[in-house]
Amino acid sequence: MNVNVLNRQAETVDKRFTGFIDCDVHPFVKSPNEFDAFLSERWKEHRRTIGGRTRQGLAKASNYPRMSPGNGQRMDAWPPDGSQPGSDLDFMQAQLLDLFDVRYGLLAPLVGGAGGERNVEFGAAMATAVNEWQLARWCDPDPRLKASVQINIEHEAASIAEIEKRAGDRRFVQVNIPPRGLEPLGRRRYWPILRACAAAGFPVSLHLGGTSGHASTGGGWPSFYHEEHPSYVQTMQTLVTSLVCEGVFEEIPDLKIVLVEGGFAWLPALSWRLDKHWKRLRAEVPHLRQAPSEYVRQHIWVTTQPIEEPERPEDMLSTLEWIGVDRVMFSTDYPHWDQDDPRHAFKVQLPEEWQRRIYVENARALYNLD
Amino acid sequence: MRPIDCDIHPVVPSTRALLPYLDDYWREHILRRGIEADNLELSSFPPTAEINGRPDWRSARGLPGADFKLLREQVLETFQPRFAICNVLHGAQVMMSEDLSAALCKAINNWIIAEWLDRDPRLRASIVVPPHSAELAVQEIERLANDKRFVQVLMLEMTELPLGRRQNWPIYKAAEKHGLPIGIHAGSSFRHPPSALGWPSYYLEDYVSLAPGFAAVLSSLVTEGVFVKFPKLKVVLIESGVTWLPAYLWRINKTWRGVRAETPWIDRPPADIIREHVRLTIQPFDEPPEQSQIQTIIEQIGSDEMLLFSTDYPHWHFDGSDAVPNGLPCDLLQKILIDNPLATYPRLS
Repeated sequence: MNVNVLNRQAETVDKRFTGFIDCDVHPFVKSPNEFDAFLSERWKEHRRTIGGRTRQGLAKASNYPRMSPGNGQRMDAWPPDGSQPGSDLDFMQAQLLDLFDVRYGLLAPLVGGAGGERNVEFGAAMATAVNEWQLARWCDPDPRLKASVQINIEHEAASIAEIEKRAGDRRFVQVNIPPRGLEPLGRRRYWPILRACAAAGFPVSLHLGGTSGHASTGGGWPSFYHEEHPSYVQTMQTLVTSLVCEGVFEEIPDLKIVLVEGGFAWLPALSWRLDKHWKRLRAEVPHLRQAPSEYVRQHIWVTTQPIEEPERPEDMLSTLEWIGVDRVMFSTDYPHWDQDDPRHAFKVQLPEEWQRRIYVENARALYNLD
Repeated sequence: MRPIDCDIHPVVPSTRALLPYLDDYWREHILRRGIEADNLELSSFPPTAEINGRPDWRSARGLPGADFKLLREQVLETFQPRFAICNVLHGAQVMMSEDLSAALCKAINNWIIAEWLDRDPRLRASIVVPPHSAELAVQEIERLANDKRFVQVLMLEMTELPLGRRQNWPIYKAAEKHGLPIGIHAGSSFRHPPSALGWPSYYLEDYVSLAPGFAAVLSSLVTEGVFVKFPKLKVVLIESGVTWLPAYLWRINKTWRGVRAETPWIDRPPADIIREHVRLTIQPFDEPPEQSQIQTIIEQIGSDEMLLFSTDYPHWHFDGSDAVPNGLPCDLLQKILIDNPLATYPRLS
């Protein structure tokens, strides 16, 4: 599967597109047994027999088969030994970290199934295991890689314990929560966990994918991946709506939210819509003490991939301006099929200052990285 | 310049008001079960919520939109439309029993003829159909198709199955045959939570989520190939908010470029298909704060044929008679107010 890998390594990359912070990198396992080292005998046995319990009809495969092998990998991202894309550090270094002299790569493990596990004790055990695995397999061997704390949000006590345990460990930079949960993230029942994230100084990163059992759209289950993929945007829109309208940012004023893999061009229109209809319905939400768009502006960050491509490329500039150039952070989504190449992601030339912010400075400031 | 108002909401004042328009069997059925005691309003549009009744359009005499004389004064005399299209929103559309749903829809259609269309020649209506049964929906379309005052088929945005699903195609076939656009009105039968996140707490969230819901509707209609199968079909998104559209078009085009092998019948960018087949009513218009941004959004929509004038009476999205976003160029305004509605609804001509 590996295509022209050596040629790629020989590429030289324009300095403008190196040295960035990549806010979405996906590590994977070469063998599912990799997590065993971090699991107790009980959970090893459970994993071997019962295994993960998801909220969908297929036990392991996703509801919407992707368009390339390995559940939607970049065709040239298969390591020479044939293991899964994202599972080989040397190869990840060659294709991403070294090629672009990436300053930091933020790991978003979509492996292990901790976040969506129905058996919450098992989910919590897997979360801890994946956290240890990130350190042992990735962050310690290559300190450019930063870990994201995994939790199972339906297990409040274990989630808070895990967040507190990782607080202060500079190898972790944020907490990952799957956006599609049992209930919208803004609901009261999740506040203790969100409060723990803020107290630990961790932004909360919400990476799209998968299902929690609710249909992907309010009108039911789509038939095609061609619908599922853009439905990620719709999920992000309702997620922002939930966080704002429930008053989470009044309750937890230092909470920072990062939306990953939902694009971003939709954010201005959503803010306008929230403001407009809040004006009519504000008596219902007296806990909101400012316009919804102000909470968005203060508390929400977005990552770029999969970047929208306006039909008039220059519309990207006004979109960024409307969101706030200080709130947009570059991400590749390596090694997935729809990843963005830093050289080609933006179809319009960004002003130098914007480029610096989006590729480096915004993430550096948010995550307190040097 | 007499506009065409593509979305007004006469309201069924009570289920009792429908009794004369039900078949004998269903009248007795409804009375015996006590169903007539409930107004069967949709939870998507609680009539007492501020947004669903403009203060000066409310009446002490009943629900906003329920009074013909008020509607005549507040819409027909104020905005002087050449035509106004009545879209009835009612629990008939979400009943779990397909049979009961169809019976109530039929009664509503008979009611709108007798109590509205027959009383003012400027009024037109959408055929209300039981959206969860294509078979019964088609029967209702066929029953009424000869009455040219019905200019559209009305469906709810979120039902059991995404609207593009093939189970719904008989409805689209009948609509296309009779020159009836499919009007897709905001709202949900709540067979599913409003999004993949689950159930939110507030009506404000439900309302805001209607826009992402429309995006999903477009993905479904385009992806399933509805417009390939029914090339003359027009779809009108009613009460969608409008300004979410450009970012959605960019996104769906990009997805299509990446995964179009999955759906080879989509032989051109989805945005092109949408611009050809889909129209949007103008209220509410989720406007940006700056005038220049409105201009940019209008340019990004990329077609002067997509927007249709509407007041969304009696819902409260604007004050006075300021029903169109400020600063639209004159020629575009003419298209929104008159030309586009006429082109969209062949039965108006």
